Amino acid sequence: MLRGKAFKFGDNISTDHICPGRYFHLRSNLPELAKHTLEDVEPGFCTMVNPGDFVVAGLNFGLGSSREHAAVVIKMAGVAAVLAKSAARIFYRNAVNVGLPILICDTDRINDGDELEIDLANSLVKNLTSGTELPVGKFPDVMLSILEEGGLIPYIKKHGSF
Amino acid sequence: MGKTLAEKILTDNSGGDAHAGDIIIARVGLAFVQDGTGPLALRQLKESGLEQIANPKRAILFLDHAAPSPSRELANDHITLRQFAEKSGVQICDVGEGVCHQLVAESYANPGEVILGADSHSVTAGALGAFATGMGSTDVAIAMALGKTWLRVPESFRIEVSGRFTNGVYAKDLILHLIGKLGADGATYKSLEFSGEAVLNMTMSERFTIANMAVEAGAKTGLFPTDETTQTYLDSRGRGASFRALSPDPDADYERVITIDASSLEPTISKPHSVDNIALVRELAGTKIAQVFIGTCTNGRLDDLAVAATILNGKRRHPKTRLLIAPASSDVLKEAISAGYIQTLIESGAVLLPPGCGPCVGVHQGALGDGEACLSTANRNFKGRMGNPEAFIYLGSPATAAASAIVGEITDPRELM
Ligand code: SF4
Repeated sequence: MLRGKAFKFGDNISTDHICPGRYFHLRSNLPELAKHTLEDVEPGFCTMVNPGDFVVAGLNFGLGSSREHAAVVIKMAGVAAVLAKSAARIFYRNAVNVGLPILICDTDRINDGDELEIDLANSLVKNLTSGTELPVGKFPDVMLSILEEGGLIPYIKKHGSF
Repeated sequence: MGKTLAEKILTDNSGGDAHAGDIIIARVGLAFVQDGTGPLALRQLKESGLEQIANPKRAILFLDHAAPSPSRELANDHITLRQFAEKSGVQICDVGEGVCHQLVAESYANPGEVILGADSHSVTAGALGAFATGMGSTDVAIAMALGKTWLRVPESFRIEVSGRFTNGVYAKDLILHLIGKLGADGATYKSLEFSGEAVLNMTMSERFTIANMAVEAGAKTGLFPTDETTQTYLDSRGRGASFRALSPDPDADYERVITIDASSLEPTISKPHSVDNIALVRELAGTKIAQVFIGTCTNGRLDDLAVAATILNGKRRHPKTRLLIAPASSDVLKEAISAGYIQTLIESGAVLLPPGCGPCVGVHQGALGDGEACLSTANRNFKGRMGNPEAFIYLGSPATAAASAIVGEITDPRELM
């Protein structure tokens, strides 16, 4: 069970917003790179977010480049899960591969600062602030297994192949 | 029920019958990473314990995004990639050889295979009839090691293009128009399959421009049928034997059919800060431009430089507008030198950058100043893309770029042709 605060973002948050190209030189220094997570949409995001909080976004979250660093830095910033109305496909896959849960649901029903509780195993999001429950889109089985192992690398280590 | 191109190619590469919506395990014919995504891929490979690369001849590392390196950190990343290539036997394309997608098109992609690149514009090779798609570092690393990946077979949109482009209108205008119509997420997870008279008449370079930007509507891949143009291109690259005739079945099931009349299109532009924020060039006439950039995997090929050189021939760039040119590959550069385009462009005041990504992703060379506007032939204009969140990026064709460089303002190229 995950519990934390919602940080609300709009539609079309790109990987350039999440992990700007100008920090390309920090890609082999992930802790430094993670200090800039989402700074082009929400300056200082990394100093405000607490471990276990959630990124809550609108449509097409993570569009743009294939840089997996975007999913990695969100996780490293302490974010426990991303919730969005929809997500770009590469980002969606990357998030699962690095073990960052990404849930598709009606995020219009979540406000900035709301307290949320997420039951991953049962695909359930509860908005504790408003007292509502949000249905969540299902993962394909293969993604669920990868997520359950904590990402693609632990999955491959265990199973050897797909 | 017949099959779409995506279903056909994925059926061939999965040993089963692939239908939209199925999850399949597909054989990967080619896998590549670039210098921004490669170091993480190598770390993940090491972490996974998979030492062997399934097919080192079909695994490539490209040094193109930060090439030549602008910093010590990136130079060290380059060393890591070179050392891995030496040790594992995978291919490496080093600094100055060009942008990964251009080199994949020129030398590696085969019709009918599955291609995974750790770069979103890997869709470019769809122009050659390859199921090419972008994934992250971990997915591509595992595909390099295992020679396979898991995929969801996408539903397809058929994009039927009739008519011919009028003077001053190009493939770039068509794809910008289509993205404006679909929206930045209008084709998420889908395969875009291009057909129609205008498509048959397109050169390979025009097809690359269009396939390249399929991802800007969220698509998983952008596919073209193969034909004589494909065969001639592969022949010209010494790879004619890899040709395969590929087309969708006439009764294939398409989720959506979109028709566009190429003759009705006008020079089109994408405004800051999203690619689907489309306008006609003439509607923005007069917008001041501090920098024009011609290059990238979208529009850095020989025909793009030819169009720009024709418009700039005997003219000068506006004194307040910088003009940067980055050929997409060293072969493009050599051919552009032989054809005299480079001479013309430099005489018009252009700065020539080495083959590679150039200023496209804001890593080095040509970063924008606060409040500056750039007209670029690239494929993305997100806030901060060219190194500065306080700058503005417009996307257009090489013709629009060249005309705007002369006037110093966004200019409809038809005015100068
Ligand atoms: S030219 Fe631009 S879009 Fe193309 S691969 Fe390089 S950075 Fe990416």
